[in-house]
Amino acid sequence: MSGRDLTGAEILLEALSDLGVEVIFGYPGGAVLPIYDALHKQRRIRHVLVRHEQGAVHAAEGYARASGKPGVVLVTSGPGATNAVTGITDALMDSIPVVVITGQVATHLIGTDAFQECDTVGITRHCSKHNYLVKETARLAEVVHEAFHIATTGRPGPVVIDLPKDVQVARARYQRPGTIMHRSYRPRIKGDLAAISAAAEMLASAERPILYTGGGIINSGPMASQKLRELAGLTGAPVTSTLMGLGAFPASSPQWLGMLGMHGTYEANMAMNQCDLMVCLGARFDDRVTGRLDGFSPRSAKIHVDIDPSSFNKTVRVDLAIEGDVGHVLDDLVKVWKSRGLRPSVSEEWWNRIRGWRAVRCLAYEQKGPEIEPQHAIARLREAVAHLDPIITTEVGQHQMWAAQHFPFEKPNRWLTSGGLGTMGYGLPAAIGAQVAFPNKLVIDIAGEASILMNIQEMSTAVQYRLPVKVFVLNNEYMGMVRQWQDLTYEGRHAESYTAALPDFVTLAEAFGWKGIRIDTEDQLDAGIAEMLAHPGPVFVDCRVKKHANCFPMIPSGAAHSEMILSQADVSGELDASAEALV
Amino acid sequence: MNAPAPPPAPRPAKPLFPEEPAERHTLSVTVDNEAGVLGRIVGLFSARGYNIESLTVADVSPDHAVSRITIVTTGPRRVIDQIHAQLERLVPVHSVTDLTEAGPHVERELALVKVAGTGEKRVEALRLADIFRARPVDTTTSSFIFEVSGSTSKVDQFIALMREVGLVEVARTGVAAMARGKDPA
Repeated sequence: MSGRDLTGAEILLEALSDLGVEVIFGYPGGAVLPIYDALHKQRRIRHVLVRHEQGAVHAAEGYARASGKPGVVLVTSGPGATNAVTGITDALMDSIPVVVITGQVATHLIGTDAFQECDTVGITRHCSKHNYLVKETARLAEVVHEAFHIATTGRPGPVVIDLPKDVQVARARYQRPGTIMHRSYRPRIKGDLAAISAAAEMLASAERPILYTGGGIINSGPMASQKLRELAGLTGAPVTSTLMGLGAFPASSPQWLGMLGMHGTYEANMAMNQCDLMVCLGARFDDRVTGRLDGFSPRSAKIHVDIDPSSFNKTVRVDLAIEGDVGHVLDDLVKVWKSRGLRPSVSEEWWNRIRGWRAVRCLAYEQKGPEIEPQHAIARLREAVAHLDPIITTEVGQHQMWAAQHFPFEKPNRWLTSGGLGTMGYGLPAAIGAQVAFPNKLVIDIAGEASILMNIQEMSTAVQYRLPVKVFVLNNEYMGMVRQWQDLTYEGRHAESYTAALPDFVTLAEAFGWKGIRIDTEDQLDAGIAEMLAHPGPVFVDCRVKKHANCFPMIPSGAAHSEMILSQADVSGELDASAEALV
Repeated sequence: MNAPAPPPAPRPAKPLFPEEPAERHTLSVTVDNEAGVLGRIVGLFSARGYNIESLTVADVSPDHAVSRITIVTTGPRRVIDQIHAQLERLVPVHSVTDLTEAGPHVERELALVKVAGTGEKRVEALRLADIFRARPVDTTTSSFIFEVSGSTSKVDQFIALMREVGLVEVARTGVAAMARGKDPA
């Protein structure tokens, strides 16, 4: 088989098509014109024109996170590539499989400071899982296939392919490559069986176990979620999750403790603090999860399952590390448990303690009067849409944490949020990406009025592709989380955290061709939500909430799990300089 | 609400693993000999705040496909383990061997040492060079360039002595290292 003689641009599209790519999020420019021309001449791959390259990457992330398939981005050289960098870094931090194709100036111009030239592979080297500068058209097909292999296997992440314009124009033979067997990149999928058996025995003998799960379960696929449920059922252990792992375990289960970490529940953090065995499944002991390290679960044995061995002992020392895909490891763990006929030793006393912590009702709030409590807005939204099995995206800030606390999930791939990088402006483009993947599903971006302005231009994209995304803004006129930290650590000096001169969001929405709804008081809340759901197109809801509400519970900077602040009443003074520096 | 007492003031920040002393480790890394691979490795060290004492790189296979990088680094054991794991995570990295950990190995580096002086100092420089088996590779009537090779400490010592007899400048290769015995690392 000799393949067909094609241009580099055509080879790219052939390869993408062979890899099952159905949609590209992109923005044209000089250095990718040959690719756009080739796109124009074919019908297999759709192109979604975003309004800013950062939006393209977040949309691809949303698409990937919701569908489990890799997201694909196409942008031009120079500013196209640099605008994409935030999205690429976001995908790296949250382990999202994304392939970003950037145009580059022609090979003979590289290094001459040509128009719209930048050192894309240099700039993205440390914010991508891997990257390539393709200098020969004949190598392109192989690189594209390898890039997808790397982006989607092991710990997923963004891969950048920088493609000079002359390489897009030159011709070569395209032949679909066989199975990729990389020379050096060979992620381990199956965990070591002896270690898994040891883990099963540890679980069976633990009196106070806890399953601490993360985004790895979502990345591994639906099977991992299924196996997690099975393992929780067999062991009777309570389950908590990181922000990234929400949905992997059903929130309606009596074993569910809620999210852990800085804004996690009291019961989840106390259980982490006092367990005798912690089983970390596809999470990475992030600083937002652990709090102060020397106070982090000081008396527990720890098992860590991760596909990326660099996560082992990075911040927290573990007793048993199992390298492998968490879905496969869970599968083996369940098999070992069953074949050995193991029985749990979870003590009644452990669940009694947990019941005691739950009785604190750390997420309780009081809605009184016309002013809307932000938690109440989310709870009413959840109530109205739960039966529709919606996909929820968020921006970054207080609203994100309130959504994580007050919008429980039953299934994976329904919760798309920027965890590691904490990128304001993530939610709207991510919602667009998710809606492209699932045109008939309800997709809602729970947003803040500051974050939404960071990628507001993508409203135009939603209109162009008739994507009925909903944006539900909790508008308190502040960068709420910034203000909250200023309340907690700077005696309430609100330096630049108030957003003066906010636009009239309803008029703004209408200008973009969206429906705009404003909710001012509690009595308008349910009707506003109903109106949002009744409209078939995109809707922007400007929900005015209490201006000075802060998000609790909270583990303050530099504190341990057992030192949670439960409400505003517990907030005291200024932090000392060393705690302040921790962030 | 049944809130507990206000939390105690957070403690001051401490180093992550204060109990562990720094160790010096020599890592041998084989990589695809492709553009940017050195940048990936050096960038990894700077991005994560790891130390590099020395780093050498050259392609070592007949088809120029594989390069060998020898890195001397210092840090607590935990950090060394992280460096090892982070290096292995890079896509073009074939293998990472911690030679210090793996057992007996040889380490050598080469230095060019320029010394200027006349009279007794010049004679003394030559005499010392002889003791260190340093070879003059360039000579003028008032200067030498010596080539000295050996362990890092031997080279250090030679340079220290040359300071007293008119050291002008030094160029060092950094460490090349290999496990002892018949097997590859």
